[in-house]
Amino acid sequence: MAIEVRIPTILRSYTGGAKSVEGAGDTLADLLADLDTRHAGLRGRLVTDQGALHRFVNVYINDEDVRFLGALDAKLKDGDTVTVLPAVAGGAFAIAAAAALAGSR
Amino acid sequence: MARYESLLDACGNTPLVGLPRLSPSADVRLWAKLEDRNPTGSVKDRAALYMVRGAEAAGRLRPGDTILEPTSGNTGISLAMVAKLRGYRLVCVMPENVSTERVQLLRMYGAEIIFSPAAGGSNQAVAQAKQIAAEHPDWVMLYQYGNEANARAHYETTGPELLRDLPTLTHFVAGLGTTGTLMGTGRYLREKNPDVQVIAAEPRYGELVYGLRNIDEGYVPELYDPAVLTRRFSVGTRDAVLRTRQLVEVEGLFVGFSTGAVAHAALNVAHEALREGRRADVAFMVADAGWKYLSTGGYGGTLAEAEEHLEGQLWA
Repeated sequence: MAIEVRIPTILRSYTGGAKSVEGAGDTLADLLADLDTRHAGLRGRLVTDQGALHRFVNVYINDEDVRFLGALDAKLKDGDTVTVLPAVAGGAFAIAAAAALAGSR
Repeated sequence: MARYESLLDACGNTPLVGLPRLSPSADVRLWAKLEDRNPTGSVKDRAALYMVRGAEAAGRLRPGDTILEPTSGNTGISLAMVAKLRGYRLVCVMPENVSTERVQLLRMYGAEIIFSPAAGGSNQAVAQAKQIAAEHPDWVMLYQYGNEANARAHYETTGPELLRDLPTLTHFVAGLGTTGTLMGTGRYLREKNPDVQVIAAEPRYGELVYGLRNIDEGYVPELYDPAVLTRRFSVGTRDAVLRTRQLVEVEGLFVGFSTGAVAHAALNVAHEALREGRRADVAFMVADAGWKYLSTGGYGGTLAEAEEHLEGQLWA
């Protein structure tokens, strides 16, 4: 069973620079545990110590946000594609600048 | 009645049009809400008008004041129009990799623009924004990502318009940016009918946009409340371009790429309803038309060529 996992640039230090890696698991939690056996540290960047998805990480199964599919309990099947992205809703630039301005008010 | 006392009064009340050719069946129908029919041609007119009126009512804005807004496009254009008509100066901070049409429009409306280098990434943008704010403490930030008036505009106008025009609505699909459209409209629709599905489509950009970012420094707009949504899709450039072209070819709708992404998610849930034998009326937002994006090269050539042209651009 193979699931393709797309890794954002910022996390490729854990995958030896690979844009995508393969893994296995019936749920997202299983998949991340499996990936961590070959890419040590990757899981720790996506999941908090409390066992939840990191707030600024978005994970998609076949383009759908896992937070609406059960989060780490989201079901996976052979042939699925998992995409990991940093959270940048609103356009990376504008929101970064806006948040900075709001913080300095 | 289609007569208005002024341009600002002509904001909202946009047409909801059926898409008989793209709709999967007589029981599963797609509807497009044409927000490009707003005064400056985008859905952002609603939020801009509400945010300015809200700041006026709160005493934060007085005639002659300067509004400062970091924006990559439509909000700036909407604010520029509202600011001109209400007597304010507008300064926009924006990345240099937005389309030239946007810049030209902003300048025509009288806005001043401060560019931030695209290659500098968010760190430089943040530093620049902080510096500008520090130098001009009297400038007013409307801050669309956390301004309740942004979502309220949709709670009070977009939502009621949709339910008035389509009482049988089952799904509402819109783009996820500031999240104002989805939060305001979604809350209204679900209050009236808890079974309504509220679906977000967010653009998935090329690596250049994400590559510069640190995963510990993400940004989630303060307005965002995931409890309002039922599903959220990430739509890549190729799917957005494909649907943008399909909308104009099949239904004659000339839309911007963010609407292509929204249409992709709308078609997704519509075909799912068809497969499961459920009746559905899926309404989606057309945030703007395609005019401002013609120079991106995304409307001509093959899909692969279009994708290449849009790589690294903020197309939504």
